[in-house]
Amino acid sequence: MTTSTTATSGKHVPLPVREYRAGVHDQSRDIMTAWMGQLKDATRGSTPSAYLMISGNCVEILRCFDILPVFPEINALQLAIRKKSLPYILKAEEIGYASDNCAYVKADVGFTLSGGVGPEGNIPVPSLIVCNFVGCNVYIKWFEHCAAMFNAPLVMLDIPFIREDRPSPEDVRYVMAQLDELIRRCEALTGRKFDIDRLREICRYSARAEAGWSRCKELCKHRPAPFDAYFDSINMMGPINALRGTKEAADFFDTAVAEYEQMVAEGRGVLPEERFRIVTEGPPPYPYYRNFRNLFETWGAVAVQSTYSTVGGTWEFGFRHDPDRPLESIAEQMLVHNLCNRTMTDRYAQIRRYVDEWHADALVIHSIKSCRLFSAGQGDMREYFTRELGVPTLMLESDLEDPRYYAEAQMKNRIDAFFESLQYKRIRECAART
Amino acid sequence: MSFDEIVQQCRDLNELLPAQALEQARQSRPGLEGFAVFPVYAPVEIIHAAGLLPVGLFGVGGKLEIVHADARFQSFICSIAKSALELFLRDEMSGFRGAVFSSICDVARNLASLVKRNAPQMFIEYLHLPQNMLNERSHEYTRAELDRFRANLARHVGRPIPDESLATSLKLYNRVRRRLRELYAFRREHPGSITAAELCTVVQAGSRMMPEDYAPLLERLLKLASQRPAHPRDSVDVVIEGAFCEQPPVLLIETIEAAGCQVRDDDLLIGWRWFREDVPVNGDALSSLATAYLTRSEYSSVRHDGASPRTDGLLQRVRSAGAQAVIFTPAKFCEPALFDYVPFIAKLDKHGIPHLKLEFEEKMWTFEASRTEIETFAESMLFE
Repeated sequence: MTTSTTATSGKHVPLPVREYRAGVHDQSRDIMTAWMGQLKDATRGSTPSAYLMISGNCVEILRCFDILPVFPEINALQLAIRKKSLPYILKAEEIGYASDNCAYVKADVGFTLSGGVGPEGNIPVPSLIVCNFVGCNVYIKWFEHCAAMFNAPLVMLDIPFIREDRPSPEDVRYVMAQLDELIRRCEALTGRKFDIDRLREICRYSARAEAGWSRCKELCKHRPAPFDAYFDSINMMGPINALRGTKEAADFFDTAVAEYEQMVAEGRGVLPEERFRIVTEGPPPYPYYRNFRNLFETWGAVAVQSTYSTVGGTWEFGFRHDPDRPLESIAEQMLVHNLCNRTMTDRYAQIRRYVDEWHADALVIHSIKSCRLFSAGQGDMREYFTRELGVPTLMLESDLEDPRYYAEAQMKNRIDAFFESLQYKRIRECAART
Repeated sequence: MSFDEIVQQCRDLNELLPAQALEQARQSRPGLEGFAVFPVYAPVEIIHAAGLLPVGLFGVGGKLEIVHADARFQSFICSIAKSALELFLRDEMSGFRGAVFSSICDVARNLASLVKRNAPQMFIEYLHLPQNMLNERSHEYTRAELDRFRANLARHVGRPIPDESLATSLKLYNRVRRRLRELYAFRREHPGSITAAELCTVVQAGSRMMPEDYAPLLERLLKLASQRPAHPRDSVDVVIEGAFCEQPPVLLIETIEAAGCQVRDDDLLIGWRWFREDVPVNGDALSSLATAYLTRSEYSSVRHDGASPRTDGLLQRVRSAGAQAVIFTPAKFCEPALFDYVPFIAKLDKHGIPHLKLEFEEKMWTFEASRTEIETFAESMLFE
């Protein structure tokens, strides 16, 4: 363990690394496991299913027709966090994928080619592929390839990127017309008529979950923060993105809010001692999730906000699905209220707000090779925060899926050096005050 | 001027940095201002109708050292993004009013943001070109997007861009694209008449000339081409695919032909020859452009087309060209090209069409390894 100093004692005492297991984690695991059980059952049953991506998704519409949503990104994430991604990545590279292609796609494709999707696997062959092109261009390629592999119909939902202050009327009409198209395809697939009252009910559940999500994030403004808004957010990202619109997800967030409010009331934080408050940008290295977390925990560093947790939606800034305007609000969510469909400079503004309103000491950028949507240009982001705003910023590089890009020793050196310098900065500031 | 002299003139023009190319255009049009066009496609008619010279941003090759952009973009980002940013960071875009980027990939989108932030004096437009060609609102949306660009650009230059000017520009660029299609057809029909390096040099020069000057140049070339002796060789006829954005070094193109292949068709600079047919000039120009984008575009790795998959497009291109093989030339780190490589080769394998992949970078300077690969590939076909 690197030795450094604390502001008070002059010595860096590494914090004990502990397994964080609160009720939120257990409940998240339970409801996500139940959903995965449904996916497994559907591999041999007749329940219709549809592929969908996470960013600014319209899961409410699928749910309205009882079409089981399947998220290849979650599949890829789980392969990585269980340290199973590499063989599938290599399998995909065998058929021509490049080392420079997004490893999420490669792991998912490799998994499919290995029989993971279908009657012998864990994921049903999709009846429909809903390509919600919300920011990430790779989504289009990924789903084109899936449509070819499964010979499944693809519905394109082309969501215009936010390139003015707000979407134009034509942007909105274009998205609405495509949602209508999706509804017609769902009707044809299921043989059921679209029921807008059912959609209203689903949007009511969505709004309840979003309010809970927002409240949880709000609670991280407290010192100490009741959970790590980067590492622990993953437990909430599954329910908010994949299970949104269900009673289970809404109930889950009610419970999460209650638990975190209690922690705040008791002055308990996620770590025994919160020494640094950071904002984190970029997805985590899932193949080494625990190791990576430990590198921060040992310094008492807690993420009080993260951009990654907002790929699905930026609900902490107030947006809710609206049962009175269900389709319109779904369109607004896809167009405006998610991180992926907004510019890099919009993201700078989001992070700046996080640093200011969540009282962060520093920004940590985790730059990943796979996802250029996140990473391309993060050097400029570092310039902006370090030089123009004076926010201490650390930039790290690895990958969210491919374990070959994670170098633990190098990562540790950089993280230790960064927090040591923050520590000394505090000592100097302390000394100057006295 | 002879065919070779015209090609040399184009080569010299391509060697210039964008601001220098603009300076050259100003010799005959004093006061002309430029507007940069990042690949792949952009509605250059709107830029031209605003009285500006549209100039393609295809990187800077070895002409400018990348000093600042490397700190903004990581090592795994394509060269063209870095060199385009470098031009703006170094204030090398003097005389330009701005630039237009579009929704071709994640890097280009972020690049637009970075340029806008770091060159605040410029007008930077980002176009979200449609990915759904078939929806009932696709046309309305596409036309509105083009009109948004027109209104923003007009506001920036401080003068309107009237319908009449747009119609004139559309006619001019129709003429340019028609001549380019004729040049490509001529090469297909007369193997050995025009080398791939010559053709891409000529096409690229068009991305830095006013169409009023470029169309006559192409017409002169077409006339001269028919008088030029063809030199068909005992070589493998190929199609080049995958270099629709960042352009391979001309030396790599020359190496492909020197090492035993003859290029019969390609997607080099496809954005500047985007439409398969003329865009109708009757009625509303923006409406016509929108219709053409949705229904008359060349297949492309940056455009989803549910009605016509690009794998079919490549197969069609190979067959129309009478080619025996495909050489893929994706730029290093180019996600659209590298992703499409997989379904493309699946399609080619299914039809028994051989293929070879050669990745390139802007600053690539040695081609010996590529030459060996191409020679081996060509020989395996010629002597099998």
